[in-house]
Amino acid sequence: MIEISHLRKQFGDHVAVNDISFSVAPGEILGFLGPNGAGKSTTMKVITGFLPPTAGTVKVWGSDIESDTLTAQRHIGYLPEGAPCYEEMTPRGFLEFIARVRGFKGSEVAERISVVVDRLSLTAVLDQRIETLSKGFKRRVGLAQAILHDPDVLILDEPTDGLDPNQKHEVREMIRGLSRDKIVIISTHILEEVTAVCTRAVIIASGQIVADCTPEELEARSRYHGAITVRAVHDVDVPAISAFLEGLAGVAGIEQSGREITAIPRDARLEILPDVMAAVSQQTWPVAGVYQERGRLDEVFRTITEGQQHV
Amino acid sequence: MSDRSLSSLAGMSIVVRREFASYFATPIAYVFILIFLILAGVFTFYIGNFYERGQADLAPFFSFHPWLYLFLVPAVSMRLWSEERKSGSIELLMTLPLTRLDVVVGKFLAAWLFTGLALSLTFPMWITVNYLGDPDNGIILASYVGSWMMAGGFLAIGSATSALSKSQVIAFILCGLLCLMFILAGFPMVVGVFKDWLPAVMVDTLASLSFLTHFSSISKGVLSMRDVIYFLAMIIAWLMATMIIVDLKQGE
Repeated sequence: MIEISHLRKQFGDHVAVNDISFSVAPGEILGFLGPNGAGKSTTMKVITGFLPPTAGTVKVWGSDIESDTLTAQRHIGYLPEGAPCYEEMTPRGFLEFIARVRGFKGSEVAERISVVVDRLSLTAVLDQRIETLSKGFKRRVGLAQAILHDPDVLILDEPTDGLDPNQKHEVREMIRGLSRDKIVIISTHILEEVTAVCTRAVIIASGQIVADCTPEELEARSRYHGAITVRAVHDVDVPAISAFLEGLAGVAGIEQSGREITAIPRDARLEILPDVMAAVSQQTWPVAGVYQERGRLDEVFRTITEGQQHV
Repeated sequence: MSDRSLSSLAGMSIVVRREFASYFATPIAYVFILIFLILAGVFTFYIGNFYERGQADLAPFFSFHPWLYLFLVPAVSMRLWSEERKSGSIELLMTLPLTRLDVVVGKFLAAWLFTGLALSLTFPMWITVNYLGDPDNGIILASYVGSWMMAGGFLAIGSATSALSKSQVIAFILCGLLCLMFILAGFPMVVGVFKDWLPAVMVDTLASLSFLTHFSSISKGVLSMRDVIYFLAMIIAWLMATMIIVDLKQGE
């Protein structure tokens, strides 16, 4: 359990985090979203005990991060932004250091290391200096370090930033593979990641929480939620299809790009798909595809963070 | 999880081991030791007139140590904190379940042990002088201990200046300057200058803060409690300064 209450962090005159409160329960994978400079990293640095809060409290598994820092830190595995580590060391030496700091002794050290090395496929580079490794491997070394003591709380600051699609997939698989009674907090600005791994999304902008809901609820806020896109086979049919879609009762408006015509519903609860399907089967114009959108997160993200509307 | 908590000493020793090993992860450590040994030899034999003096002691060897440390200690200490801040690994280090004391003292001890190793590798000097004559080995031992204590004082200053800046170059220069001030404070020339326009008490205080004053008595073979306490106090004071600087810088 993580409880953050009225957290405020100020650097001189600049307020980075302004009165944030939320709790995270075991089993939740929380996606922490927000534009750059919104206060995501700062919040994480306070939760992990790197920065002291200006005001407010953070409790990790019942321990206050300020008054009982070490106990709180023992519960946490943390991957700082950019996965910094001691580049002159080998992954083996580095992980041994972490294991000892985490209180493992004797044969436990090698056991724990072999578990995380297997999990993150680091065997091949175990004795190579970290500075010679590729970005993907460096990130994996950082992740290995974070999960080495099987922490109750895993805090990952942009874990997939700068990785290629395969590496991103691997990292997401690893996060999903964690056992159910853990807390995971991931900061990211990659929105697909939220739908892919998170059970909850918290969006912050200018140091304040502007949304706190499930990824599905977030998608539902999109004006594209439930929208129907029809792809025409011939260019000549496009005007006819547009006119038809626009004429439907539940449609608020249409957008067209190339041969694709998107009908935006007046209300996401109105099902316009049956009408469209019926029309497609009756009409003379051929259709290459019809699909329904779940919602566009980037659009929701923009609306929420730029408009600063509180929900 | 609670049974995994480390005693403070255990945490510190883990930091010491990692830091000490990291000196040897690159050729820098070997280069440093080589330069140290060469310079120690040059100073002793050429500038210190080791042979011409015709005395079987290591006074010429030790008397140059403050000047040797002036350049070499900042080179050892500059990376202590600057590098961590530059690479961002400080964020990792400070979020591990280690106390600030463990880390600050652990890093310092590693650097101190490293200079101790370099210093102990000058043992051929000791063998030479024993081969050539019949020196007072008690004095030599006391001088070695004193020299190492002085290196500790310099290193503690270097640890604080390294915590001040992300740049190793700035850390090096700042440390060099401070160390120079602490050496010069006891230099007869400097003391003479201040004598004219400062009250005697202040001149004495200034001179008593000098590394040179305390080291020269040690290198003469007088390892008095007073000098040992002086260097220990210096180390403790500068490490406390390091803790404060690390704290302040982290909040930025």
